[in-house]
Amino acid sequence: MIGVLSYLVFFSTVAAILSIAVLGLNLQWGNTGLFNGGVAAFFGAGAYGTLILARPAQEAQFGGFDIPYLVALAGGMAVAAALAWVVGRLTLRLRHDYLAIATFGVAVAFENVMRTTEWLSGGARGVRGFQRPLQDVIGAGLTYNLALLAFVLVLLALTYLFLERLVASPFGRLLRAIREDETAARSLGKSPARIRLTAFVAGSAIMGLAGGLYATTYAFISPQDILPILTFQIWAMLIVGGAGNNRGAILGAFTIWAAWTSSGWLLSRFAPSEAQLYTGTIQYILIGLVIVGMLLWRPQGLFPEKLVVSQSGRTNKPTKAGSVPS
Amino acid sequence: MAETVLETRGLTRDFGPFRAVDGVSLSVRRGTITGLIGPNGAGKSTLFNMLTGELRPSAGSVHLNGRDVTGLSPDAMFAAGMGRSFQIPRPFARMSVLENVMLAPLAQIGESLLGPFLSRKAMRAQEDAIRAKALSVLEFVTLGHLADHPAGKISGGQMKLLELARVLMGDPELILLDEPAAGVNPTLTGILIERIEELNRQGKTFVIIEHDMDFVMAHCDPVIALAEGRVVFEGTAAESQSNPILLDAYLGAMSDD
Ligand SMILES: Nc1ncnc2c1ncn2[C@@H]1O[C@H](COP(=O)(O)OP(=O)(O)OP(=O)(O)O)[C@@H](O)[C@H]1O
Ligand SMILES: [Mg+2]
Repeated sequence: MIGVLSYLVFFSTVAAILSIAVLGLNLQWGNTGLFNGGVAAFFGAGAYGTLILARPAQEAQFGGFDIPYLVALAGGMAVAAALAWVVGRLTLRLRHDYLAIATFGVAVAFENVMRTTEWLSGGARGVRGFQRPLQDVIGAGLTYNLALLAFVLVLLALTYLFLERLVASPFGRLLRAIREDETAARSLGKSPARIRLTAFVAGSAIMGLAGGLYATTYAFISPQDILPILTFQIWAMLIVGGAGNNRGAILGAFTIWAAWTSSGWLLSRFAPSEAQLYTGTIQYILIGLVIVGMLLWRPQGLFPEKLVVSQSGRTNKPTKAGSVPS
Repeated sequence: MAETVLETRGLTRDFGPFRAVDGVSLSVRRGTITGLIGPNGAGKSTLFNMLTGELRPSAGSVHLNGRDVTGLSPDAMFAAGMGRSFQIPRPFARMSVLENVMLAPLAQIGESLLGPFLSRKAMRAQEDAIRAKALSVLEFVTLGHLADHPAGKISGGQMKLLELARVLMGDPELILLDEPAAGVNPTLTGILIERIEELNRQGKTFVIIEHDMDFVMAHCDPVIALAEGRVVFEGTAAESQSNPILLDAYLGAMSDD
């Protein structure tokens, strides 16, 4: 019983963290039409940034700053945002598929750098020595995990509320207009380049927050955690949930994470032993099928984007037809 | 105010070895509905694209109210008082008609990342004002009943009206329309013309590219004609009908096809 509860707590924590990353991608792709093929890099930047800033001093390892955890978490977001800013300056002129390829390359490069810079990232062994905050006060058991889940849920809620208000604002309108037709937006006095960069950096900072929380949960991060499959998972979650809809993004994250973990469990439990070796591969294929199937049969996702209409605010009586606007 | 709103000097645009617009010098008088005519491929849309900053001129200059605006970006041109529509409409398809129109006003408080959080009250008040104005502009172009429809799902003619509405939200003094009546049913064309003339009476200047000579005859004065990238005629619409150079140009373009 306790086992099931512990597992549910752990599952929800990870799913909520991934939801935050999907919300970040939704800002970029769902709202702005920016094809980020390197989600893992920004997630990873937040994860490594947080742990490296917060870990105690260690021999031959960069760090030991004794930074309070929350500041380190914000620092991780800042690292992700800075990476996004640099990448964005270099690549945002590339549209659609080119941007996807360029960011994919960035993610591969990021993983390689983390794998090789021993002094910074611990190389292939990953970042070690990080102590989860307040663990010595609360203890490491179920209570701690519940507290962590609560903390993650609060951050998920804050991210959700921030984005909901943002996309309902003139800024959100601008993002959608840029997504739909940049030329037309420019002809109406808007400057897409700056806005695209802002959305890219903000979305990546949110992915960085997710990365920081993920690394916190495991008290560990290594190159194995930021492989391209992570990018595909996050994308699958957004596509299934509904690009352009923040509630859909969260629903998609929980759905796909449940499908992913349960398929892994089912395969390891019931698949013939010769197939066990290929569990990971089979899961890759399954996730690919889910993306393709969704794009074919329900491209708008489980929760489609909602149209912003006149009743959403206070209603205004339109003036008489033919009267002159002023 | 000066007579001339817009002036070009030697405006030229090359696409590789091909010269699409060739040394165009023209001026647009304030308060007119100036027609821009010429056969297919004459360079009319290319000229518009240079005027609005969409394309950089290869040579020559553009002056708006006496100020040299050559090479300004499209957004700066809109801010400077020049609005445009496109030959093929460019609605923000997956946004409501209302949102399409609400986008256009310049310098909205909530247009930055933190604006919606730091200046919430001011933003709300401004949003209410923008929404009210957008609804009245939509009524003006007879699209009020479509405010809550996705802009990608309205007819081509309605999209042209929508583009006019969007432009009106920025209140530009000069409005460039690229074939506003092409492919539009007569009812909507009638509405469009009525609205253009109404706005013109209020002082807005229009430059309109149009192939339909009945439209041009009835509503445009003066008329400027382009052929093969050059200005071949300037005068009234009636005179243009009997102009031998222009007739040649149209016949030439037809035999080219
Ligand atoms: N981006 C481009 N690259 C190469 N050639 C172009 C480009 N844009 C326009 N042209 C060429 O320049 C010429 C002028 O085109 P433009 O679209 O300005 O003509 P137009 O007068 O608007 O014609 P229409 O009445 O058919 O709209 C055409 O021969 C066209 O093929
Ligand atoms: Mg044209």
